[in-house]
Amino acid sequence: MTMARRPQTGSYPQGLIIRFRDSRLSCRISRRTLAIGFTLLLLCIAIGVASLAAGTYPLSVADVARALLGHGEAMVLMIVTEWRLPRVALALLLGGALGMSGAIFQSLTRNPLGSPDIIGFTAGSHSGALVVILVFSGGYYQTAAGALAGGILTAFIVYLLAWRRGAEGFRLIIVGIGISAMLGAFNAWMIRKADLQVAMSAVTWSAGSLNGLGTEQLLPVTVILCLIVPSALLLSRPMRQLEMGDDMARATGVPADRVRLCLMALGVALTATATASAGPVAFIALAAPQIARRLTRSAGVTLIPAALTGSLLLLCADWIAQHAFATQLPVGIMTVSIGGFYFLWLIVREGRR
Amino acid sequence: MTGNDTNKRPETTPGRLHGWNLTLRYEDRPISHSLSVAIPDGSFTVIVGANACGKSTLLKALARLFKPSAGTIVLDGKDIFEQRTHDVARRLGLLPQSANAPDGITVADLVARGRYPHQSFLRQWSKADETAVCAAMEAASVADLSARLISELSGGQRQRAWIAMVLAQETPILLLDEPTTFLDIAHQIETLELLADLNAKGRTIVAVLHDLNQACRYASNLIAMRNGSIIAEGSPADIVTEHLVQAVFGLGCIVIDDPVSGTPMIVPRKRK
Repeated sequence: MTMARRPQTGSYPQGLIIRFRDSRLSCRISRRTLAIGFTLLLLCIAIGVASLAAGTYPLSVADVARALLGHGEAMVLMIVTEWRLPRVALALLLGGALGMSGAIFQSLTRNPLGSPDIIGFTAGSHSGALVVILVFSGGYYQTAAGALAGGILTAFIVYLLAWRRGAEGFRLIIVGIGISAMLGAFNAWMIRKADLQVAMSAVTWSAGSLNGLGTEQLLPVTVILCLIVPSALLLSRPMRQLEMGDDMARATGVPADRVRLCLMALGVALTATATASAGPVAFIALAAPQIARRLTRSAGVTLIPAALTGSLLLLCADWIAQHAFATQLPVGIMTVSIGGFYFLWLIVREGRR
Repeated sequence: MTGNDTNKRPETTPGRLHGWNLTLRYEDRPISHSLSVAIPDGSFTVIVGANACGKSTLLKALARLFKPSAGTIVLDGKDIFEQRTHDVARRLGLLPQSANAPDGITVADLVARGRYPHQSFLRQWSKADETAVCAAMEAASVADLSARLISELSGGQRQRAWIAMVLAQETPILLLDEPTTFLDIAHQIETLELLADLNAKGRTIVAVLHDLNQACRYASNLIAMRNGSIIAEGSPADIVTEHLVQAVFGLGCIVIDDPVSGTPMIVPRKRK
């Protein structure tokens, strides 16, 4: 990686320090995190542009750039901005949402397995959507609403069941895994009971895919994320304190239970937004925060690098799913494969310790 | 507000921190009933007692982490639970028994997290933060380790890093729950010497300790608890007797003078 700099021995906390107006506006950020962040951003842009250029009607990068600035042939303009851009933008936004959601839950549970896919919220969203598709034969928006409701309801149940004088991270994971397994069985049963026709569309949705998503999904997703992401960033400092344990967080002035509840709500909303739009896309939330943490060598998971890694992962996965094989695959299948490699890597890494 | 005000000696008005008429209970398990306790300013107060006598619970209550079902904890003349937790955290620090260092955190970054109550979303790293973190690392002798990962440290070094973290909080009152547990004897003494040193520089220290001899040596004010009540309170030389040890721990002993510090020293008798 570029610009990697090992921390030197010295008594000062390392990093780039920015101060304005007598420290009233000040922050400290590790140079490595900054460099990694920019690299990830550049990669997202590069692969994004490549995705805009690729397809059954291949375009040059220059064509894409012109089209993005609003110039060029009407045909090219339409292909880029109306057909391909919404999908690329959604991959970036939803990948980021999943990465950030994973970071929030892994931080809250103090466990790299504490991601929304593992602790049942994704399965809950899935159930919610299935109920809508199979029982009420709802359309896209009803399905999205069902996924949202399912995710939030599951989160609520998991939180209640894990609650015992505060919801400790490990209990949350154990209860979540249990609920997740039960919901998985329920989902399979629902699909078996349904008519073939409906079941087929439900299964398609269940694979998690960006196929067929366009401008009409992009707008609501953007609006929702514009609300959630800043709130999550505002809570990132108390979130960091919570990683040291509830007592330590409270002792340093964090209202632990309230902050945790808000963070959980935000994390669920992020996952639910992604699931509602694209179906259950597995493993991004699990892998992105840990990959980002290892790249930045930061203490604990961090929101922005996790989100950028999530964006990059989903964008790459979608690109591969669309172009690498003879047929278009749902991106969910790609992310599951990525997840498999991620687990192998994790096992090898932990095994070496 | 920056940390400068904390370097002053505490006001002489008795007891910035005290608990009045406390009832402490976990759902169905009562711990204490009408318990009153005052922490003298500038003291090194040590709370001792047998396992499960309620000493950690009392410490947590004093740190507003455990809400008494009756009674009030007063910090600076006001009920501690009615003050903003952020404001309390600038005056009262706690090192709990169960603190968790995030994966991959360095000593300096851990210590920097102690600055939380002095920071805000916009003001994330002021000059005062930097000064306080460096001073805290110096005071706890972890400055040389600042770039090391917490996970690489020995038990004693790790404990010093945690103490540096609560020192960076720059609170005039510091509460510690069993700070010497899991340390070997040399590191126990090192930690207690550090606390004594901080106390000499003006901080009020309240610690729960297991070792009665260490408590006698370092405490200026000893609180002995049994079954949720305080049965003796005062300078160790005044209150530690064979009778007290029998009452608190149910242990027969003789009390002699510590040959090094002259404070009371407990030598247990053989059980028949």
